[in-house]
Amino acid sequence: MPLPVTLIAGYLGSGKTTLVNYLLRNAKGCRLAVLVNDFGDLPIDADLIEADDGTVVQIAGGCVCCAYGGNLSRALASVLEMRPRPNHVLIEASGVSLPGSIAATVELTAGLWFNGTLVLADAEQIRRNAASSYLADTITRQLRQGDLLILTKPDLVPDEELAATANWLETIAPRRPVVHAQFGAVPVDVALGSLSAHGAGPADKFNGHSRFKSVVLRPERPVDAEAMASALAANPGVARAKGFVLTPSGYALLHVVGPRYTVESIACSHPIGVVCIGLDAELELDCGFESQIA
Amino acid sequence: MRTTIYSAKKIITMNANRPNVSHVAVRGGRILGAGTLAELEGWGDYVLDERFKDKVLMPGFVEGHGHSAAGALWDHVYVGWFDDVDSDGKRWSGLKSVDDVVERLKRAGDEMTDQTTPVIGWGFDPIYMSNKRIGRADLDRVSTTRPVVVMQASGHIMNVNTRALELAGMLRTGHTHPGIPLGDDGLPAGELKSPEIMTPVGRHFGLDSVMVTANEASLRNYARLCVRAGVTTTTDLGVELDDTLLGLYENVTGEPDYPVCLVVLRIAFGATPTDLVDYCVSTRNRTTERLDLGRIKVIADGSIQGFTARLRWPGYYNGAENGLWYIAPSQLEQIYELALMKNVQVHTHTNGDEATQLAIDCLGSALGKIGSADHRFTLQHCQLASTAQFRQMASLGMCVNLFANHHFYWGDEHSHLTVGPERAKRMNACRTALEAGVPMTIHSDVPVTPLAPLFTAWAAVNRLTASGRVLGAHQCISVHEALRAITLGAAYTLKLDDEIGSIEVGKRADFAVLEGDPTEVDPISLKDVRVWGTVQGGRIFAAADI
Repeated sequence: MPLPVTLIAGYLGSGKTTLVNYLLRNAKGCRLAVLVNDFGDLPIDADLIEADDGTVVQIAGGCVCCAYGGNLSRALASVLEMRPRPNHVLIEASGVSLPGSIAATVELTAGLWFNGTLVLADAEQIRRNAASSYLADTITRQLRQGDLLILTKPDLVPDEELAATANWLETIAPRRPVVHAQFGAVPVDVALGSLSAHGAGPADKFNGHSRFKSVVLRPERPVDAEAMASALAANPGVARAKGFVLTPSGYALLHVVGPRYTVESIACSHPIGVVCIGLDAELELDCGFESQIA
Repeated sequence: MRTTIYSAKKIITMNANRPNVSHVAVRGGRILGAGTLAELEGWGDYVLDERFKDKVLMPGFVEGHGHSAAGALWDHVYVGWFDDVDSDGKRWSGLKSVDDVVERLKRAGDEMTDQTTPVIGWGFDPIYMSNKRIGRADLDRVSTTRPVVVMQASGHIMNVNTRALELAGMLRTGHTHPGIPLGDDGLPAGELKSPEIMTPVGRHFGLDSVMVTANEASLRNYARLCVRAGVTTTTDLGVELDDTLLGLYENVTGEPDYPVCLVVLRIAFGATPTDLVDYCVSTRNRTTERLDLGRIKVIADGSIQGFTARLRWPGYYNGAENGLWYIAPSQLEQIYELALMKNVQVHTHTNGDEATQLAIDCLGSALGKIGSADHRFTLQHCQLASTAQFRQMASLGMCVNLFANHHFYWGDEHSHLTVGPERAKRMNACRTALEAGVPMTIHSDVPVTPLAPLFTAWAAVNRLTASGRVLGAHQCISVHEALRAITLGAAYTLKLDDEIGSIEVGKRADFAVLEGDPTEVDPISLKDVRVWGTVQGGRIFAAADI
């Protein structure tokens, strides 16, 4: 099974490091490999570090972190050779990288599966940074290349300003799911997708994340998988969706993250069901498919 | 200690006090004096060496922006438009058609025993062939059993055959990236554009390391290219230097017959600004006669021909989206501040004028906090800077290393496509730099363009482009100014002008040994003055024997 890769991008100070550490602490049983290309310190909290040999940092739970400088391709190749094999790869992009380029490299690397781009925006700083003539277009392009937008540090601004920033995000990068996250707290299933499919333990049920819910779609008759995936991707209430459906020509695996989706034909039979995750208030599925609240 | 006095047809010293002399005395690898034989006899016993009596000596040329990767590329097949000379001194003729390219690659393949070994070509530049596309089918004529990969001179496009696509797992339909043009059959047409597409493919054929990792052979071959070009001090401008890699540089440059002084800069990747600056400080005491350490290279933006340079308004002439930052403004300023504090020199790659402005702004702000009397922070390439920007650079004490060769190879392209005719005329503005009082040198960026300082000087003097027209006549400089740029000018930007760059008492005995006199030839023939070899630290290296 290809190794899933999730990209975490966003301008300096947007909270990428905090999110990485949150995921390391909460993706229980999942062996994460973290790749970093920033000029900054390795983004790992000291108490999680078990050993540091200068190039690879061993992290609690069998996770590892390494800085890759200028050569992402080689770092990806070395991750694929790691034994034991990681379950999931996180790439923390530099503050000025355009995530689309990194995504393209991952998608062309055999053995990897690109699992989506999270672009972080600091609720307090993002509009100020985007007003800088040096940075405006870079920040806009970063946000537009995100599949999920994570609005961080929402607690640091008044509600009206938070709403204004959310509206601004909608004008810059329309129809993307926007997740508010304090201290990097994005549910693992939202950030990385359902880990259970990748050999790790069952996903937590949004403990402490009451604003999220999941819905399972179980169409009983064969469906047009492409149309279904595309409808879910077009629905900004759906942050992620994943699962199997039956089509007139056999089984298919759907994979949706924000506006990005893929449909893959599957040879053998699978229990039918597509798990959709989104914000409680926004996850409204009305695409003609039978559903039940999970 | 023995003194040798060399006679020469002429010695051009670049020392204004004594511009031309007939003899130079060398003792212990250093210049004891330059003058007449009678003057030099005053130093005592000597041996007169007349081997250069028909040659012209100049200070050894200094290449302020090159890469040791130049020494590795000749392991692959040169398929460029212009003639070029490899590290063995073999001249490769320029190829004028796709058929010629295919033929040379095929011949290289025929010499290999294994039918699956990759054939790698480099230096291909279709802009001179009316942008003729080279497709998968063309390279399949080279081989169907072995992967064939051709890297283009611009550095932003790669061409591959069917077998290479197959091995890279890319021979399938459904590609949607704009960097992967598709043929009528929906399969990749064989052209791969942009680094994010090229690197994951190139990795299968060992290309990811060609440009970034030095090895013993590449360092030796790089030095041999230097001897052929009259270069006695060169740069490896931007290496992820660590103690292991540094050990390699120490071993190779420490070989008794290593013919050049290599200035190696630590690139600002994979280290925090603090670690970066501290590492440079820590390597200072490992500097030797032939390995000079302790400087930082930062890359601010991409390239103009690749549309990745950061341009100010109104941007690219063809409407392309603005380029990419490779460092955030706050990080650049932090590196500048820490480096100023520890007296570490920083060289910053800026191509577009917006990147140049960022460097100016960041240094201005850093200097406001941490004063420095003589930092000599240098902008590398700085191709598109405006006159006002040169004035700002002068007032901040910055130096510049302009890409004179680029103007010849890509000037036409810049004029009609990337920046348009008006800004193309101000690119690599040597005259403006000199008038503004910005210490200036010029470079090849070898292997991006060939290492040959006399060619680089010719390019700055004549400003001809490949199509044969003068682009930006106002920016032409004199032969003397150009010769100063490739000697003392470059030495100054490396803070080595006290040691090298001119032939005068006390400096290292580094000479370019020439067959002709660059100050006497028609300026249009400056590039054709032949190089016999070099003297480096008093050691003699004939290009014919290297």
